[in-house]
Amino acid sequence: MREITYRQALNEALAEELERDPNVFLMGEEVAEYNGAYKVSQGLLERFGPKRIIDTPISENGFAGLGVGAAMVGLRPIIEFMTFSFSLVAFDQVVNNAPNMFTMSGGQFNIPITFRGPNGPAHQLGATHSHATEPIYANAPGLKVCTPATPRDAKGLLKTAVRDDNPVLVLEAELLYSSKGMVEPPDEELLIPLGEAEVKREGSDVSIICYAQTVRLALAVAAQLEDEDISAEIVDLRSIKPLDERAIFDSVAKTHRVVIVEQDRPFCGVGAEVCYRIQKNIFDELDAPIVRVSQEDVPMPYNERLEKAVLPNADKLIAAVKKVCYA
Amino acid sequence: MQRPEPRDEVEMLALMLLIRRFEERASQQYQAQKIGGFCHLYIGQEAVVVGAIAAVRDDDYVITAYRDHAHALARGTSADACMAELFGKETGCSRGLGGSMHFFDRSRHMYGGHAIVGAHVPLAAGMAFASKYRTEDRVTLCFFGDGAINQGSFHEALNLIALFKLPVVLICENNLFAMGTSVKRSTSLKQIVDRAEGYDIPGEIVDGMNFREVRDKLAEIVCSIRKDPHPAFVEIRTYRYRGHSMSDPASYRTKDELEKYRLDDPITRLRAQLTREGKLTNEKFDQIDKHAKETVLAAVKFAEKSPELPLERLYDYTYVNSVVAGVSPAKSKESAADTAATTR
Repeated sequence: MREITYRQALNEALAEELERDPNVFLMGEEVAEYNGAYKVSQGLLERFGPKRIIDTPISENGFAGLGVGAAMVGLRPIIEFMTFSFSLVAFDQVVNNAPNMFTMSGGQFNIPITFRGPNGPAHQLGATHSHATEPIYANAPGLKVCTPATPRDAKGLLKTAVRDDNPVLVLEAELLYSSKGMVEPPDEELLIPLGEAEVKREGSDVSIICYAQTVRLALAVAAQLEDEDISAEIVDLRSIKPLDERAIFDSVAKTHRVVIVEQDRPFCGVGAEVCYRIQKNIFDELDAPIVRVSQEDVPMPYNERLEKAVLPNADKLIAAVKKVCYA
Repeated sequence: MQRPEPRDEVEMLALMLLIRRFEERASQQYQAQKIGGFCHLYIGQEAVVVGAIAAVRDDDYVITAYRDHAHALARGTSADACMAELFGKETGCSRGLGGSMHFFDRSRHMYGGHAIVGAHVPLAAGMAFASKYRTEDRVTLCFFGDGAINQGSFHEALNLIALFKLPVVLICENNLFAMGTSVKRSTSLKQIVDRAEGYDIPGEIVDGMNFREVRDKLAEIVCSIRKDPHPAFVEIRTYRYRGHSMSDPASYRTKDELEKYRLDDPITRLRAQLTREGKLTNEKFDQIDKHAKETVLAAVKFAEKSPELPLERLYDYTYVNSVVAGVSPAKSKESAADTAATTR
């Protein structure tokens, strides 16, 4: 194991998959000559050439659809959205064409495509550039959605996504690109299955269910809570869809108390789905009502102080944990 | 350059007749409520798709919009599989999961059947991109209606197609109406073909009631694309005799207008040409027509007696490797199936 950044991990994943399969190509805005808006595709043009690392005009609907069409005839496109906020311009391709094709064609056309890029609020980008799109896309049957929180998960999930025969969204996070973590060396194949959560920290008093940008927050809070004799178990969903119900239920059966901390909005958010499944399947395991910590239900303000108030933070999470622990 | 063997014109006439008779029978079965949803008929436009298909190879890619029955039939999908799809049966060309607007036939390179106007033009770009990526000389035929040319996805796709020099023939089936809105009320241009000029794509106008003109023009374009991949645009002027869909009485146009086009019927025209040249007798025509009618009637019988996809297989066509109701399968099959049952 060695320490690399989330950005490097994604870059390695792309390079390894491009190397492995000639049908894989990377397309998006600024991915080639500019080396990626967030430098995730650094060096790939030089290594793989313009046939496989392809710059596009600003036409998300157009190039997302091009990817779907190419996937229909056997290529395995990786389509980068400069941010998933821009994927909304391609919504019809991502939600109507990619996941519906397999059903509509009676199983004749599966779409092995990966849509990837940063997702979720970053820092003071305002309402249009701060969308956490995971609940929107997880609502579409036929799509898979994963949200890596660490460099290791980023590499392993992206590689798996590229090899999956279904459309997969890899929702990265701008705020995590420079974060570091331990990852297996390049000569060791790292594939992390979609639909497998990971307990990032063992605990016994409360389960904090989190994903993407909230994993770091949850881990930091867990360390703080230790001083107050509250042992928090951190369950990183890693995949929103398929959802690892078993990992969630196992943790809840152990701690009997649950806080869900999510980076999206509360209304019809990921936490709402997780919460529903817990109470429906293992209601008797719960010793307290589930509490969710999410964004406030407002378009993201630019003002820094207001933006902080909209996002989940340590104070909110600690208060929620104390509430479910009756502490 | 490989040009496909010229297709026998009498066979092509038979194909046009099959499409006509299929659509007439579909109309009747729709009225008898054997067919659900929306149903858009191709009657009057037969020379467009048959002319185009006559100009390409079997392995060229074909993709179209929602008025798609004819494209599947022209590609060689059986009337049985087409009618069964309309009936929602498992034997349908999309297993009864697609319906009228979503006909697919992978083995015949028919890539749908797409019902969001203009949304399949980027898909055509992708298919052609793949041909070029693999240095194949396949051509993609992308059919769309006059209503698609004002949609954003169409414009984004045309720019990409032109920019990447992709081997696509963009075929605008201009039947003068986007549902009930005439081209004059929807499009800022005097003629649709001028859209292509904005993207530096060569464009031509073709008489869509004339099979030979469609075929010859397309053959010329396709031949040139195979030599050197590039896009082309054809505005094929045609007319649909029926409304936009089965529920449309088409009161936005006059009887006189319809009659004018009916007199220029593409089937009648090709029949007359072939008869004049001594390639077709009235007896032969009647025989072909009878055969088309019988084929379609047999297709109705086939569709009627075909099974529907069993309910237990509802989840089989959502993910390639089954994920049930959004939950990892190996992990909690029971609760997933349970959830699926309650949330439906």
